[in-house]
Amino acid sequence: MTSSSSSTEQLKINVDFGGGLEILFDNKRSHVVSLPLRVAPSSSDTNPTDPISSSTTESATADETRPTDVSALIDHLKDNVLSDRKRAGLFAENGTVRPGVLVLINDSDWELEGEGSYVLKDGDNVSFISTLHGG
Amino acid sequence: MPPKSCALCNVSRPILKRPKTGQQICKDCFFYVFETEVHNTISEAQLFRPGDRVAIGASGGKDSTVLAYVMKTLNERYNYGLDLYLLSIDEGITGYRDDSLETVKRNQQQYSMPLKILSYEELYGWTMDAIVSEIGKKNNCTFCGVFRRQALDRGAATLAVDHIVTGHNADDIAETVLMNIMRGDIARLGRCTLICTQGEDTIKRSKPFKYAYEKEIVMYAYFKKLDYFSTECIYSPDAYRGHARVFLKDLEAARPSAIIDIIHSGEAFEVREEVKKTQKAQQTCKRCGYMSSNDLCKACTLLEGLERGIADAGISDKGKKKLEASGPAPDSLRKIPYFELPGGPGPAVAIESVQQAPPQD
Repeated sequence: MTSSSSSTEQLKINVDFGGGLEILFDNKRSHVVSLPLRVAPSSSDTNPTDPISSSTTESATADETRPTDVSALIDHLKDNVLSDRKRAGLFAENGTVRPGVLVLINDSDWELEGEGSYVLKDGDNVSFISTLHGG
Repeated sequence: MPPKSCALCNVSRPILKRPKTGQQICKDCFFYVFETEVHNTISEAQLFRPGDRVAIGASGGKDSTVLAYVMKTLNERYNYGLDLYLLSIDEGITGYRDDSLETVKRNQQQYSMPLKILSYEELYGWTMDAIVSEIGKKNNCTFCGVFRRQALDRGAATLAVDHIVTGHNADDIAETVLMNIMRGDIARLGRCTLICTQGEDTIKRSKPFKYAYEKEIVMYAYFKKLDYFSTECIYSPDAYRGHARVFLKDLEAARPSAIIDIIHSGEAFEVREEVKKTQKAQQTCKRCGYMSSNDLCKACTLLEGLERGIADAGISDKGKKKLEASGPAPDSLRKIPYFELPGGPGPAVAIESVQQAPPQD
């Protein structure tokens, strides 16, 4: 990835929801979200296997930040975009998507792309599709 | 980082990691292996014969939409010689089923298959909306499940089909195995994992997606851009199944083969004769002619309870006693039309099926 790091630069990410998840996000299937290039290494519910997550709190210094990845996108969507807060657990839990939610990064299964640790690039397309609704 | 090329063709960029095998494969190979595996499931179980009339139970959701598309594709590719129909049940749930039926109507055009819609209102005189306003949201899934099963058979009978296929996938079957274990319903394990079931008085039913993972079905619909409907039912979901589902998804996240392994476990159980005997022998409902394990089938019992204002008559022993205490059913009671199979019971089938058929699930 390219790491030109002017702190005012933002990533524009195209996010799509399907399989019923859109209901949690204002009934809109497509969203465009802006994210900073780097984020704090942890949020309150970062993956507990991340060794640095337990010690850090807010106000991370520059070298403690990490490039913005899909985990950061999931946190952002859950904290700032999700409209149905009561049912947030249907989208994300424990710092990642709930099991049964499929994720595609630029139309490719995120399991091929490093899942949450995939570092986002400007203009990336990320789709979240629930498999949890009846068939 | 993704590997450079697909594990099957060694040419294209992979787009999917298969949950069954861990293989990383490209889009074209994915379509091909998914379809071919369903074809292998169908041919190994000898589900169909040329000239069969087959109804696809279509809800407009992901599984049945993908099933309709794949059945059409395979029927053409391998010359199955099947006449395919879409069969939908309209439970009468405003804001849910009416919308999903619009999807099925579009599928009818897209796949050029005849569509039959049978409604609870037409068959039972009650929509689910009316049932819920009578009994509330507790137990309404019992009514809906019992009524749907029978409605599918009755819709199939009016289409004069030989066979109903449903979109039940590997995840659904593994969930049912878990639920049967958790409920102590071991006698049902064998039947719930069968690919094809047929009692003497019912239309053959089978599950071509028995070994298809939900993840692959949803990915298939996504990459083929199939038109499907995905909204949760507005009435209370089946909570018990919900727990089994969450548990299964957690297992799958840790070890994707868990789903197939659970199905294999269900298949491998050898149930002792004494346990099998807890399943009642099948008979015919004295009121409506549908298969039943009692004098009255479950749908007739539930309907009588609704009609006589004792809605828990078909739910609890207390309700049953209340119904019995209030005397015999009046002659004017609304009844479900008498059930008749189109051509009588079908000929013997070459599959692991013919046995006494326990009730639902």
